[in-house]
Amino acid sequence: MTRSKKWIVPTLYILFLMLPIYGLLSMSFKTTNEILGGFSFFPQEFTLDNYIVIFTDPTWYMGYVNSIIYVVINTLLSVTVALPAAYAFSRYRFLGDKHLFFWLLTNRMAPPAVFALPFFQLYSAINLFDTHIAVALAHCLFNIPLAVWILEGFMSGVPKELDETAFLDGYSFWRFFIRIFIPTIAAGIGVTMFFCFMYSWVELLLAKTLTSVEAKPIAATMTRTASSSGYELGLLAAAGSLTIVPGAIVIYFVRNYIAKGFALGRV
Amino acid sequence: MNKTQNNRAWWLVVPVLILVAFNAFIPLMTVVNYAFQETFGDNVFFWEGTTWFEQVLRSPRFHASLIRQFLFTGMILAIEVPLGIGVALAMPRKGPWVSVCLVLMALPLLIPWNVVGAMWNIFALPEIGLLGYTLNSMGIDYNFTNQPIAAWMTTVVMDVWHWTSLIVLLCYAGLSSISDDYYQAAHIDGASRWAIFRYIQLPKMKRVLTIAILLRFMDSFMIYTEPFVLTGGGPGNTTTFLSIDLVKIALGQFDLGPAAAMSLIYFLMVLLTCWAFYTIMMRNEEQ
Repeated sequence: MTRSKKWIVPTLYILFLMLPIYGLLSMSFKTTNEILGGFSFFPQEFTLDNYIVIFTDPTWYMGYVNSIIYVVINTLLSVTVALPAAYAFSRYRFLGDKHLFFWLLTNRMAPPAVFALPFFQLYSAINLFDTHIAVALAHCLFNIPLAVWILEGFMSGVPKELDETAFLDGYSFWRFFIRIFIPTIAAGIGVTMFFCFMYSWVELLLAKTLTSVEAKPIAATMTRTASSSGYELGLLAAAGSLTIVPGAIVIYFVRNYIAKGFALGRV
Repeated sequence: MNKTQNNRAWWLVVPVLILVAFNAFIPLMTVVNYAFQETFGDNVFFWEGTTWFEQVLRSPRFHASLIRQFLFTGMILAIEVPLGIGVALAMPRKGPWVSVCLVLMALPLLIPWNVVGAMWNIFALPEIGLLGYTLNSMGIDYNFTNQPIAAWMTTVVMDVWHWTSLIVLLCYAGLSSISDDYYQAAHIDGASRWAIFRYIQLPKMKRVLTIAILLRFMDSFMIYTEPFVLTGGGPGNTTTFLSIDLVKIALGQFDLGPAAAMSLIYFLMVLLTCWAFYTIMMRNEEQ
């Protein structure tokens, strides 16, 4: 393939990616009658009704709020506890370190379907069922191992002399860690937060199992609507289109780090 | 990096250990409890030994979902890996288009999984959806809700749509770590396009590619939400993969014993495969 024709491949690939998203978007601007009346590429009677329903009905928009609350709690929690652990793995050899690291990774491999029912029983038993904390804690199962894995990769890229010089200068461990080390790997922390956000945002099985009303995620609200009140495709499409927005914003901010983070961080 | 021996480093790992163990051990022990015992509620258990395991391992239903699962994982790996490498190789390496490509390609990765399922359901609906309508008006009889082959194809294409970008991003990251000197040297030596790929690009991508294949294997083996929303496991049982079957048995029929035994067998299979991958990866890294 010559250099000048190369752009065709990514362009076609992106086109393929965009088509279903376009289908969803265009359906969200259609009326139910038009959708059921047959296919049209552009909305014939352009309407914002579906979006108005979502933004005025608390059972809809609270779904977004709930999702964002537990995703943010989970991201902050995962990264905070993963930071010292990743430092330990990247700097020290200690009893059972390799086994511990693999054991952590195995939790990333556990099928959520296996854990759904026991999780429900566990969080009901400790009275956390239907709270944001429950979902945030449950998502730690796969997000903490991931965060440790990515951060360890970034930290191993920082020369050890940095630590040694700081300790010689009389820094205590925690002062060095917070004042010097964390700013040094800020990009890595950004990438890690991106992945924690991503996996917590897209997961539904556990989030749905652990909530009923108070903390119900938007994705679960959508499944309820699709089955109960007939087939309101337009509303479903509008709600779906809105779930793409937070992700798109996050990607935009970390776009320069994504590729780098994958390479350095051994995701 | 040469690491110092220091057992006090354990203290730094304790918070992670507590949080993950809380989420991993207790539910896992619950599953083990159910797998070896029979219960009629009220926390009264009767020892059943390995009955459930034998029952699951002999059941034709489990074999069928397992075969479907392997077929699905094999198919998506066979499509996504070459496609991902191809797109990554054709990506621009510098300039403003790089971030445009990256942002657009990463988009499917950040859409909640049931929305992916719902989106493809809408997209593929015959008469109403863009794909379904286009195929049918081209004269192809396509309806994924009642044709097994169409349902399979739609599920596979959906997964390719959803996850190929992960492989593209990983490979692209590997490729961008190659400095221009290598390409210039290859150019002076008159290396063919294939030689450049085989001896410069592929070795640089090897590590990230292993990670990509490992991640795709794990995640496709655990796939639940997307096909559940798209086809509901149907028509019939044709797209019922392991997780879907498991949830049907556990939450649909409330057969907790067999479901727990199946969970353990399932988890063990994923674990063994990943352990093999991990060992190979670590060995490569040490070299």
